Amino acid sequence: MDSRLRGNDKTVDKSIQEIEDEVVDEFSFFENWQDKYEYIIELGKKLKGYPEDKRTDDNKVKGCQSSVWLVTSDENGRIIFKADSDSTIVKGLIALLVRVLNGRTPDEVLNAKLEFISKTGLQQHLAQTRANGLAAMIKQMKMYAIAYKAKQQN
Amino acid sequence: MESVIEKKIFDVDEIRKDFPILSVESNGKPLVYFDNAATSQKPVSVINAISDYYKSYNANIHRGVYSISIKAGEAYENAKIKVKDFINAASEKEIIFTRGTTEAINLIAYSYGLEHVREGDEVIISEMEHHANIVPWQVLCEKKKAVLRVIPINDNGELLIDEYKKLLSLKTKIVAVCHISNSLGTINPVKEIIKLAKEKNKDIAVVIDGAQAVHHTKVDVRDLGADFYVFSSHKMYGPMGIGVLYGRARLLEAMPPYQTGGDMISSVTFAKTTYNDIPMKFEAGTPNVEGAVGLSAAIDYINSVGFDAIHKQESELLDHASEELGKITGLRIIGTAKEKTGVISFVAEGLNALDIGIMLDTNGVAVRTGQHCTEPLMDRFKVPGTVRASFAFYNTNEEIDVFVTALKKAVEILS
Repeated sequence: MDSRLRGNDKTVDKSIQEIEDEVVDEFSFFENWQDKYEYIIELGKKLKGYPEDKRTDDNKVKGCQSSVWLVTSDENGRIIFKADSDSTIVKGLIALLVRVLNGRTPDEVLNAKLEFISKTGLQQHLAQTRANGLAAMIKQMKMYAIAYKAKQQN
Repeated sequence: MESVIEKKIFDVDEIRKDFPILSVESNGKPLVYFDNAATSQKPVSVINAISDYYKSYNANIHRGVYSISIKAGEAYENAKIKVKDFINAASEKEIIFTRGTTEAINLIAYSYGLEHVREGDEVIISEMEHHANIVPWQVLCEKKKAVLRVIPINDNGELLIDEYKKLLSLKTKIVAVCHISNSLGTINPVKEIIKLAKEKNKDIAVVIDGAQAVHHTKVDVRDLGADFYVFSSHKMYGPMGIGVLYGRARLLEAMPPYQTGGDMISSVTFAKTTYNDIPMKFEAGTPNVEGAVGLSAAIDYINSVGFDAIHKQESELLDHASEELGKITGLRIIGTAKEKTGVISFVAEGLNALDIGIMLDTNGVAVRTGQHCTEPLMDRFKVPGTVRASFAFYNTNEEIDVFVTALKKAVEILS
């Protein structure tokens, strides 16, 4: 299990596509949704390091039944995402998104199709309901990418 | 027009055969449907009644001169008589079909409310109301510069009647409270609430939101003394898209129409339109005949099971669930009123309701999570939301055991 949970810093030398494929591959090991969610919960529990002073309404992406806090920073033209949620499952989903999108250029984030969400079946299970705020979170990540892109062009 | 009702001996296995959806699978497990307070499942008699209507006598009603239109019209009118008998209204003229409870409350707020509420007047609601019984009154009060007063509740989720008495005054024009709380299951003493209002001033209009009540307990609007009583078909085993506004004839007759168009007029010229009598004055446009036919079949079904059997089964389920959930450490039940019906809302220490709901779903258990359209109530209990299991008489103790086992597992995984 640990090999699948490696830190985001080591994955950045792979392409977004390669990481998405890895995620899809990992989910194919599980036979049922209970196991898939257990895995997501495990990822959620391991997602730490959200700065407490940034837990403000300004940084909140509001879902219907869960709250997500998202902040970003620019490191040499690459976007670093830090996020948290009051839902462990949503945190697990954030961990997956962060793993795919962290340390990418604004263009890479904007162009990411995030097909792993549908290929793992998560789309069907989660994305259709606004309850978990997954769609809102992706939108917010892309909005940050647009903002960074504009900033870099100036 | 009274239909002959054969009371069956209550056998939950037999009852379940009447509801086709109860034998489907969800996530590869038998569906355990505990979201009955959101919507109920439908017996095959309701499904067949709707299907039969479309297969054999679908037609627009009220002005058709041909046989199937007349038959459809009769079915619609008979549904009103059935609803009238179901809640013991004085006349079927007092029964208005709406899209549901929400539309019925809006109708009262816009039609009765705009006429009777003036600047400085007061409307009383309670802390446990559904948004549908808050927002229309809030909008009315804003429009009229009136004041919205709120009856507080205690920690068990019971209305504080002494506080209600203090809120009642000669400024009070409307009192609107739920019969049974959708989030807590509390059964409110609506007869007393109405009596207290009338003692203060007989012209106070009392609106009872019965969406969670009519299928759990026998409602007699005249015994209660309600001026308005509203509910939805889909929560009482009938189809979606139709609901009932009961209003005293005297009040309805004096109220202006809420929507205008066809069917609600008696004569139209470009100079002047005169309105039809009640209830048609409040039913503009083509009515929901399909819904009326389905609702009528749902009432027949409820009557055939009988409220005694329904009440007995649902009380047993609530007792069993309360006992089993009480054994899980870290679980806090929200809503512990003495008078309570088949709803159990809870929070698990440190865990998110949405996460629990998702994990229960992987075991085929359908519950509702979140604020249940009662955000002020969640604020009152200082919780972001709850997990709510709500029961119907077709549920079983075995299903509760499946739910409790799945819940324990979910808590273990999430902790």
